[in-house]
Amino acid sequence: MLMFTLRRILVSIPVLIGITIILFLMMNVVPGDPIELMMREHASPDVIARVRAQMHLDDPMVVRYFRFLWNALQGDLGVSIKLNRPVTDLILKAFPNTLSLAVCAALVSWIIGIPAGILSAVRRDSLLDRFFMGFSLLGVSMPIFWSALLFQYIFAMKLKLLPVSGFYGWKYMILPAIVLGWSSAGVIARLTRSSLLEVMRLDFIRTARAKGLRETGVITRHALKNALIPVVTIMAIQVASLLSGAVITEAIFSIPGVGRITVSAISSRDMPLLQGAVLFATALVILGNLVADILYSILDPRIRAQMRKEA
Amino acid sequence: MTQDTILSVRGLCTDFSGGRGDVRVLDELSFDVGRGRIVGLVGESGSGKSMTALSLMGLVPQPQGRVSARSILLDGKDLSKLGPAGMREIRGRDIAMVFQEPMTSLNPVRKVWEQVGEPLAIHQGLGRRAIRARVLEMFELVGIPEPKTRLDAYPHQLSGGLRQRAMIAMGLICEPKLLIADEPTTALDVTTQAQILRLMRDLRDRVGTSIIMITHDLGIIAEMCDEVNVMYAGQIVEQADVFELFERPAHPYTRGLLASIPRATEPRVSRRMPSIPGMVPNLAKLPEGCRFGPRCGEAMPICQRAPELKPLGPTHASRCWLNCPQEALSQGDAP
Amino acid sequence: MMTRSVDSAATPETPDEASFLRDTVRAFRRNRMAMAGLIFILLLVFCAVFVPWISPHDPYRVALDEQLLPPSTTYWLGTDNFGRDVLTRILYGARISLVVGIVPSLISLLIGTIMGILSGYLGGKTDFVVMRLADMMIAFPSLLLAMVVMYTLGANLLNIFLALALVGWASVARVVRAQTLALREKEFVEAAHANGTSRGRIMFDHIFPNVVPTLIVLFSLSIPEAIMWESSLSFLGVGVQPPAASWGLLVAKGKEYMFQNPSVAISPGVAILLAVLAFNFIGDGLRDALDPSMKD
Repeated sequence: MLMFTLRRILVSIPVLIGITIILFLMMNVVPGDPIELMMREHASPDVIARVRAQMHLDDPMVVRYFRFLWNALQGDLGVSIKLNRPVTDLILKAFPNTLSLAVCAALVSWIIGIPAGILSAVRRDSLLDRFFMGFSLLGVSMPIFWSALLFQYIFAMKLKLLPVSGFYGWKYMILPAIVLGWSSAGVIARLTRSSLLEVMRLDFIRTARAKGLRETGVITRHALKNALIPVVTIMAIQVASLLSGAVITEAIFSIPGVGRITVSAISSRDMPLLQGAVLFATALVILGNLVADILYSILDPRIRAQMRKEA
Repeated sequence: MTQDTILSVRGLCTDFSGGRGDVRVLDELSFDVGRGRIVGLVGESGSGKSMTALSLMGLVPQPQGRVSARSILLDGKDLSKLGPAGMREIRGRDIAMVFQEPMTSLNPVRKVWEQVGEPLAIHQGLGRRAIRARVLEMFELVGIPEPKTRLDAYPHQLSGGLRQRAMIAMGLICEPKLLIADEPTTALDVTTQAQILRLMRDLRDRVGTSIIMITHDLGIIAEMCDEVNVMYAGQIVEQADVFELFERPAHPYTRGLLASIPRATEPRVSRRMPSIPGMVPNLAKLPEGCRFGPRCGEAMPICQRAPELKPLGPTHASRCWLNCPQEALSQGDAP
Repeated sequence: MMTRSVDSAATPETPDEASFLRDTVRAFRRNRMAMAGLIFILLLVFCAVFVPWISPHDPYRVALDEQLLPPSTTYWLGTDNFGRDVLTRILYGARISLVVGIVPSLISLLIGTIMGILSGYLGGKTDFVVMRLADMMIAFPSLLLAMVVMYTLGANLLNIFLALALVGWASVARVVRAQTLALREKEFVEAAHANGTSRGRIMFDHIFPNVVPTLIVLFSLSIPEAIMWESSLSFLGVGVQPPAASWGLLVAKGKEYMFQNPSVAISPGVAILLAVLAFNFIGDGLRDALDPSMKD
């Protein structure tokens, strides 16, 4: 188990390094000079030259990449041009907000998605099943920014049940979490349903019935554990879609998180800040995948045995 | 039904409704299982053997399948009068079943002892510790080597033979009145087959379990069973004491099956079913009269009418016009 | 999946193909949701193309005396803050949104197919490099990756194509690679190999035609995704730039006037929702019709 985890971590290192290269290249082949683009109107040529020197922008690309990588490894992602503060500080300050948004949204998606998927599978082809599946398709097909506006309009502006936007306590988290969670609830519901239906066709379900177990017992004690393994691992992979969604949700609900940093970094053309935020988010996704793999091996004894053999 | 009969089935019918109307997959089955006896159900695939087992267990897929019977007496209790809840109490406690595929019939993500002991939790409400102890005893009984170390194993960590032993342990753990074994050795290799069969015979001798043995292999019937029911296209076509059946097979189908058993010098593996020409008919499109008629080498004009299961002696019955005395034939001919 | 005989090397069109196509069309037409989706999209395309003749309103004409009117018989979905007809602007927006749905999907399909077939068929180092590259692309949260591209290259339509193609190709490559791996073991490929057919020919003549059904499904399912990403980018202000208007941008502009006239923001969102649903129905229908084994 430990060996497997270690090996899995080792494998993700090259991917992470590759990502830094791709990101660095994309950021630094900007036609035109980032500093000039940003400061042209406000600064004299001297100032621009000083900032350039400060950021080592005149060094060759390779040198700059390795400096970027080396610094990033030490947790130094550079200094925000616009805010003149270390990017790492800005991100770490914003991250807890994004994290709590993502966790709440994930909870919402599981609380809606898993029971809906189970009920749909158990009552397959019933009205309930069709209702849930139609609803989940609707959830998947709604752009987040639009459902966010809709929810904001209905629950905050019209019904005045919840605050419109801002971030001053748990009440402010409810709408964003529902909006963001709602979009992945559909995915989770569909996956749970198809996974459970597949398991219910297997021989050991018949064995369980032959023991005299009630149908609810057959499902909870035998089918669910098997059926939820793929669902649980999808949850960890959900990180990527939640982060993409968080960008939009944070922008609409004015939550000071990593997503909003990214958007504002783009509009103020703050290259180091954007670069740092994207790198941070991507590292989280890789971490999510890592957790998914490890969870999978913990939950499924067959995989676990295979791991042991390989390690 | 005598004191010594544990199961007595009368007029068991199972129908399936599908896209093209209803299909009767089991037609008026009647047979007995004596206390401590091993009774065989033999036939080609599609003859309805496994469906008989599922019907007795109340495990026919719902809602397409419907089971009806005049009576299914298990130790005096009529199962045909029980609802789903009543059948649930019977399953695993009074009748248990061992399936063909020991790999897929066990849940891959739960420990073996939990699964083997589960019937105890369901029917006797025992606690974990008591169950574990009982499973250990059962593992010893069914001859699982190093039983202590196997308790916490997962199914994939056991060999096919051990898994089937575990399945048998699971079946017997509540000391059921009847064990139904559906092709319990088909998925196993030859040596393991022999071991499992010996185990089941042993258990019958030691514990006194009554067993219904479902197989397509007449060799297994000869080795294991006391009585045999030969099934064809959802009906019992011949019913006999095992010696009687092998000595004096009455139905042409049974004779066809017997003729296709390879000699003892040939390996058991090739003891496949038959060189009887043709195939089991589609139950939705049954031939007129005798269902075996189209494949029968001895078919006569009267075979256009359906024969009934007629006794030939105290322990022998057959569903064939050939076995009917001449006067019955002429009587039957009258309008 | 189609199976081909060995001698089909010379004539890839086997009689099987015609009946396969017929079966597919029949299966698709039986799927009511898919047909409804198809009809909706055809209608939408028609309206988007002919909107200048259909609509009596000018999408760019500013009429400050007619700001934010509620829906009426003249303005079916009301007017926006410049007094422009919302419905007309949505139909003009459909032009951009549909094109942005289709073009990047085609590009990512093209790249993904080439990469996937090369990776699956050649294996070895090629496979390793391509798949690690795909891993990296998939590790980026899609929206952030697209935003970075838009930041770097500048916000215009062509760059949206590039950004979305970059986001989409890796998952196409993964699916195509898996299929190629399976196809490589098939008799007709081995036979062609034994006949001395070059590897390029095998990939193009034997592997490619067999992944086409999958590609059609992937294409129809990646269009709604591209529409969603484009609308998100435009909503955040890094996509289509005014005065051009895609649906996402219309929602973004309309959200300022939620109180005065919610229709301005809500209606373009409904358009996105309906188009995405329709494409998803079509995609599901195609998947079931072409290859039931791909069903979730």
